[in-house]
Amino acid sequence: MADKQQKLLMGNEAMGRGLVEAGCTLVSAYPGTPSSEILGSVVANIGDAAEPLHVEWSVNEKVAFEVALANSYTGKRSAVIMKQVGLNVAADPFTRSTYLGVKGGFVLIVADDPGPHSSQTEQDTRLFALFAKAPVFDPSSPAEAREMITAAFELSEQYEIPVILRPTTRICHSRQNITLGKPLHLQRQAAFEKNPGRWVATPAFLTGLHSELNDKLAAISTEERLKPFPVSKSSPEKEGRVPCIIASGMAFANVFDLLDELDMLNQVQLYQVKMPFPLNREFCRQIRERDEKVLILEETDTVIEMQLGLREARGRLSGHVPGQGELTPDIIHTLLLDFLDLPRPETVESGPPARGRRPSLCPGCPHRASFFAIKRTFPKGIFPSDIGCYTLGMNLGAVDTCHCMGACISMGAGFYHAYAQDGPDYPTIVVTIGDSTFFHAGIPALVNAVTQKARIIVTILDNSTTAMTGQQPTPQSGVLADGSPGNQAFIPDLVKASGVRFLRECDPYDIKGFSALLKEADQFCRGDQGGVAVLIAKHPCLMDKSNQLKQDVIEMEISDDCIGCGICVNQFECPAISLDEEEEQASIDPDLCVGCGICDQVCPTGSIVRKGGSQS
Amino acid sequence: MKQQIIVSGMGGQGILFLTRIIAGAGVSMGLEIMTSETHGMAQRGGSVISFVKAGPFRSPLVRQGQGDIGLFLHADNLDVHQGLLRSGADLFVNTSKTGSYKNISATELARKMGSNVLTNLIMLGFATKYNSLFCGQEQLETAIREISRERFIDSNLAAFRRGLEG
Ligand code: SF4
Ligand code: SF4
Repeated sequence: MADKQQKLLMGNEAMGRGLVEAGCTLVSAYPGTPSSEILGSVVANIGDAAEPLHVEWSVNEKVAFEVALANSYTGKRSAVIMKQVGLNVAADPFTRSTYLGVKGGFVLIVADDPGPHSSQTEQDTRLFALFAKAPVFDPSSPAEAREMITAAFELSEQYEIPVILRPTTRICHSRQNITLGKPLHLQRQAAFEKNPGRWVATPAFLTGLHSELNDKLAAISTEERLKPFPVSKSSPEKEGRVPCIIASGMAFANVFDLLDELDMLNQVQLYQVKMPFPLNREFCRQIRERDEKVLILEETDTVIEMQLGLREARGRLSGHVPGQGELTPDIIHTLLLDFLDLPRPETVESGPPARGRRPSLCPGCPHRASFFAIKRTFPKGIFPSDIGCYTLGMNLGAVDTCHCMGACISMGAGFYHAYAQDGPDYPTIVVTIGDSTFFHAGIPALVNAVTQKARIIVTILDNSTTAMTGQQPTPQSGVLADGSPGNQAFIPDLVKASGVRFLRECDPYDIKGFSALLKEADQFCRGDQGGVAVLIAKHPCLMDKSNQLKQDVIEMEISDDCIGCGICVNQFECPAISLDEEEEQASIDPDLCVGCGICDQVCPTGSIVRKGGSQS
Repeated sequence: MKQQIIVSGMGGQGILFLTRIIAGAGVSMGLEIMTSETHGMAQRGGSVISFVKAGPFRSPLVRQGQGDIGLFLHADNLDVHQGLLRSGADLFVNTSKTGSYKNISATELARKMGSNVLTNLIMLGFATKYNSLFCGQEQLETAIREISRERFIDSNLAAFRRGLEG
């Protein structure tokens, strides 16, 4: 029988558990795939914590970082969690934090997304760590990710330095049986020791602090316990004469299994690098002295390869390993066969596999109604949008750009200035931004657009949640990460305070009403005193089933008048509606339909009707 | 014992839940288990895939042509994910169309039982009937009881048993 304490945990759950076990007293985060479930796991384990633990979904990653940093200044253990592009937002506090250092252990979990599966870049946080001079751990399994949290806190306190744990999507979202440990009881009282030379550090102090930081890194790179160790069992006398493979993270797990499958584990020297930066000096020296060939496997960039600086090594820098993308078992398999001079198996070239069905907005999603109305009202408009479920508005032709959190408003303003210079008949610019994204980075952009006299329509898609990442509350929800009540900040108040003079609210399910508001907003923009018009399209997300239960079910059907034009499928894309092209007849799948009733305004022949009745 | 299972379907079909049941059964048998799941954007109705690997593996991923068992909750995904299976793998597909696989109209049966969300458990029962999974009826039923939410335990068990009947 399995150990009683063994549990099958997702990587994110294991890391959340690890933070509680490490005696953390503050964990802050901003949700983003693949990191989103870590904070939820901290909350789920809070009952086991030995001391009080503050958890928060912060308004963005920069804020999350700074909140956790101050907790560390008081001597308490702190952690902050984000996805890799979140670190771009938190780059400002992060890069300075290595110079100034920390007091209580400070661990930064940044989840990377090689591939990428759910991100706008596949940037390598280990490279960011090198740039900011922070040590970084690179786990190869959920269990290891949890163990590394303990190691990271210890290292952070030993050297008073922020330490990064860098899991990747495959670690975050895989499950493994894990033995639970007992949370530490550190009993530390907040004790902030004032030290202006360090915590205020004017430029005069920084060269000194930088020099201290360099000393810390040099010392860490000689720590015996962080030295990469060989995991395969080739005999010592063969050492230096068998091919050498150096791998970290998920690439290590994949290459290990493949070598096992090929029965080659004993024919190579395989090293796992658990800390890619700073790379152990002694290890670098040993590897540089070898004569045998070396293969380096790491995701997603070339942190180990760069530090090793071997002229002959095969890696991403040398061009032997693809310079981008995930190192899947299939890719590594081919690399390995070539590296070990084994024959490639006869394969029938079948071309790339089919891509599968693309994701789309849920049946009944209020965003679908908003996008449909926007596109129909302004067929020639320009539609900057942003990051969230609503990026899928692309499928409805109502999302023209998606760049980074909050960019849509500033880019909308930029589009306006570009066109308005050329004459008064500029295209209508309708920006769409989600509620959580608006709080995250939309507010400064809105203030800027208003003061710089842009004339754009900003539609805030307010579904009262952070939907894409799993229904985290927003600052307007008045609910904290642990489910307790919090204070609210209201979007309309913030919009008004930004200097906006046109603000309307509407339920986008009323497509006609919403279209009328869009026209009114356009007139305002183009009027003598025009500026930024803000519309709040308010309707709760149906992913939360309780919201679905609260609304009326309008049963719809498609009559024989349907001419099979496909508009409802191609321009509206409700997953519940499909078209039989041979029969030229669309139909509604009762399993998928939630009865939102918004499709009755879509069909040009009026064929989508309420059951037993006509169009509303 | 080493076994690699792929579970394929569309976002919203309960692929993650099914994966957790199989994995849970493995843990209760004292096996080393790893799974890999799809989260994020693709869950919005797109093609999704999960892996369950039982035995001494380090990576949760399955390479092309290595899967031992395939559970397809949506036949449209055959073109996308079938290549992951080895030749001679056991393939179970939710469809009324016959082919070089074992098929069952799981969605239709689920609908008859009151909800199409039961499709996943019917498929699991169906695969269990052929004794190809590393775990059997008893362990899976225990896992269903442990992992299901209280009020869904009975309907989930009923769906699983309906699948077992084929
Ligand atoms: S229901 Fe209407 S919109 Fe859809 S295909 Fe038929 S005629 Fe076209
Ligand atoms: S009522 Fe129409 S739009 Fe709404 S879910 Fe059903 S088919 Fe889709």
